[in-house]
Amino acid sequence: MNNWIPIAALHEIPQLGARVVKTDTQDIALFRTKNDQIFAVKDQCPHRQGPLSQGIVHENSVTCPLHNWKIDLTTGEAQGPDEGCVATYSTKVEEGMVYLALDAESGI
Amino acid sequence: MQEKLILIGNGMAGIRTLEELLKLEPERYQITVFGAEPHPNYNRIMLSPVLAGEKTLNDIILNDRDWYAENHIQLITGDPVVRIDRTRREVVTQSGASAHYDRLLLATGSNPFIIPIPGHDKQGVIGFRDIADVEAMLSAAQTHAKAVVIGGGLLGLEAANGLLKNGMDVTVVHLLDSLMERQLDKPASALLKTSLEERGLHFMMEAQTAEILGDERVTGVRFADGAELAADLVVMAVGIRPNIQLAQAAGIHCERGIVVNDTLQTFDPRVYAVGECVQHRQTCYGLVAPLFDQAKVAANHLANLGIARYEGSVTSTKLKVTGIDLFSVGDFNEAEGDETLVLQDPGAGVYKKLVLRDDKIKGAVLYGDTLDGAWYFQLMREGSSITDFRHTILFGQHDLGDAGHGDETRVAALGNEAEICGCNGVCKGEIVDAIVKKGLFTLEEVRAHTKASSSCGSCTGLVESILASTVGQGYTAAPSKKPLCGCTEYSHDEIIQAIKQHQLKDMDVVRQFCEWKTPDGCATCRPALNYYLLANWPGEYQDDAQSRFINERAHGNIQKDGTYSVVPRMFGGLCSPADLRAIADACEKYDVPEMKVTGGQRIDLFGVKKADLPAMWKDLSTAGLVSGHAYGKALRTVKTCAGKNWCRFGTQDSTGLGVQLEQMTWGSWMPHKFKMAVSGCPRNCAEATIKDFGVVCVDSGYELHVGGNGGIKVRVTDLLCKVETEQQVLEYSAAFIQKYREEARYLERTAPWVERVGLQYVKDALFDQTQREALHERFLYSQQFAQIDPWKERAEGAEKHEFEKIEIAA
Repeated sequence: MNNWIPIAALHEIPQLGARVVKTDTQDIALFRTKNDQIFAVKDQCPHRQGPLSQGIVHENSVTCPLHNWKIDLTTGEAQGPDEGCVATYSTKVEEGMVYLALDAESGI
Repeated sequence: MQEKLILIGNGMAGIRTLEELLKLEPERYQITVFGAEPHPNYNRIMLSPVLAGEKTLNDIILNDRDWYAENHIQLITGDPVVRIDRTRREVVTQSGASAHYDRLLLATGSNPFIIPIPGHDKQGVIGFRDIADVEAMLSAAQTHAKAVVIGGGLLGLEAANGLLKNGMDVTVVHLLDSLMERQLDKPASALLKTSLEERGLHFMMEAQTAEILGDERVTGVRFADGAELAADLVVMAVGIRPNIQLAQAAGIHCERGIVVNDTLQTFDPRVYAVGECVQHRQTCYGLVAPLFDQAKVAANHLANLGIARYEGSVTSTKLKVTGIDLFSVGDFNEAEGDETLVLQDPGAGVYKKLVLRDDKIKGAVLYGDTLDGAWYFQLMREGSSITDFRHTILFGQHDLGDAGHGDETRVAALGNEAEICGCNGVCKGEIVDAIVKKGLFTLEEVRAHTKASSSCGSCTGLVESILASTVGQGYTAAPSKKPLCGCTEYSHDEIIQAIKQHQLKDMDVVRQFCEWKTPDGCATCRPALNYYLLANWPGEYQDDAQSRFINERAHGNIQKDGTYSVVPRMFGGLCSPADLRAIADACEKYDVPEMKVTGGQRIDLFGVKKADLPAMWKDLSTAGLVSGHAYGKALRTVKTCAGKNWCRFGTQDSTGLGVQLEQMTWGSWMPHKFKMAVSGCPRNCAEATIKDFGVVCVDSGYELHVGGNGGIKVRVTDLLCKVETEQQVLEYSAAFIQKYREEARYLERTAPWVERVGLQYVKDALFDQTQREALHERFLYSQQFAQIDPWKERAEGAEKHEFEKIEIAA
């Protein structure tokens, strides 16, 4: 039972970039990949809380700007030898509009 | 349908190839591994520490049986392959079982060479090659007293040292008159012999073994001159021979080793070979590092990517005898026409020799102090000219070991709790642990696992030294050709070359041309490519914001709490009351919690919220202030002193010249940050001799200095030349900057760049009037497109999405 919230038009998020969605309690990073997939994760690196939204996006991953941790956006898991996980949220795109569901899918 | 891949040889080279292959194509093959030894893959180069009692067998296992299971690899130990049937594409084992292959990988390694003298097959005569040999030595040490090691090379001495530690009385017998003659010159070899004798080893030099004595078990050794020596154990360590029996019997072309081409393919296109069994371009390798280079290439071709080539390796040597430091590389015995630099300090037990030809290093031998081995090796591989620091090179790399380590540069002497990486707080013990337990062999792997030297990089030399002393002979500083990142096999230099030569003007085109393995690149290569394209095609290439680090994308320095800092430019450090008033007003309006005067003679405003940036910039911009690019790989500041307008010592108008320099260069993107300074007299109050480009005014003109650095590793500039007019200063500085912009690797500052290419190279380009003028002109052309204030653009609405959060009620 996802409670979809409309967020923004797809074109308002840059390709291979991100926007920050501010809720009452936290910031969520909303990413757009090269092939227009949208991912949402908590805007906080599991390592030292760096803002993931400010990182460089490549395929389905983002590299944290603070210490270069690479986070898989599909699972929220850190890649390579690093260990850690960030909460992910469901997203969907319908008729050019991006929706977000705020029940955390995974992670903490 | 999965293809079938069979690997014969369950050792380091073969398994490394599988690891590389699994990274590229995890599903492609159904893999079966045949190993003659009853163990999973272990770290063969750690056998010496096991023998010496410093490590246990379990410590040196690299891939346990679970690893094979997890990767769906069938491991068959104890039933060795005895025959390859290439027509039917089958291997047949000792027990008569057979298995079909689509591709076959041979990694059969090598065998110790046993001298075929009478008695060589007696009990108690062994080689030093595998776990079984180590076990035999350890058990002999329990029950017997006297050991003879035949062979005074690397392996022989390590075996002798291990047996000595196990309480045996050990004599090393060597055919020649100096130990380790393939790795050491005579003086170093003599030092080594003395120090091993002090530990209790005995030596018989120039002794030719003629016969092994005894009935069933060895009782002694007889030499060619008739002398005899009692022995309960004889270890033959006179060399290794590639194990080519299987391949040869199957009709695969072999010479000394199994002959392979640059793709590690044998003469049978279905059969590949890697490791010590291989002969590549007439060379057989017996060290670990080349095997890993080969593994990468072989895996690439097994994965059908077909883009990698193995072009041979230059190897260096270290002896794994605790407490003895020695290092050698290249041609360390001088030939006619070579020069040598020697430093000898017998009291301290230090000996260093470099062999030079045309002021380039050809070889090196270090004894007692091997810290700079990695540096000499690097200079040698890159063919760097040492002309400029020839007179100090033997004292080592001046900037190795940063301020935090003080004089303590001898890594081996450091305790486990000594902090190596100050940025990430990593101690020596953690690094050693990770290297041993996780089986790491390269700097990159150590960085990935421990984070040591992965931030500012100043401790890279120390980490490399730890790696070298822990791994020993298996380690090479870095592959001779280093790919830009994991996405490509091409190096920075090759990519820069390709962009220029083939007129590549778009990131996708570069990635396609240079065979990128990833569609979008990564956080390492994207900013580099973006810079290279921008520097090479000004006015044509469209800057890609999403390929820039956040600081350059947001035009401010991200701070640890996610706020940004703002630094307006103050040309030459000059400012007016109106400038200061505008800054003060902006600070009050946007609640700036802290202001600070920077070392670059301007003012840093901390703690600005990202969303406030465009509005604040608008205010500053209206007052005529522009971005100081304090956040970018770009021209930072031009620091000046008061100069002759005010200072009684001033010889020229240093402030005015600084302003002119900054007006010409601001906005320029660089491979790394770039700082300048102008001092009005040799007292040098603007500290021009630690800048990327510094000017020191003198009465008769201007001294130009390049390649300085005042940061992590202090480096004093090199004097480029002296010029007479301000116009010449501007022209030379623009030409120098442009040369650096066009040729340096991304994230390489001028200091290492000048050291790498040599000051003479820079001089040759700049002293040639045609080249200098062309460089100057190209710089000015590119500045047309760079001198657009990014703050003003954003204040006017550009890249709005970067600064605005989307707020929702939830």
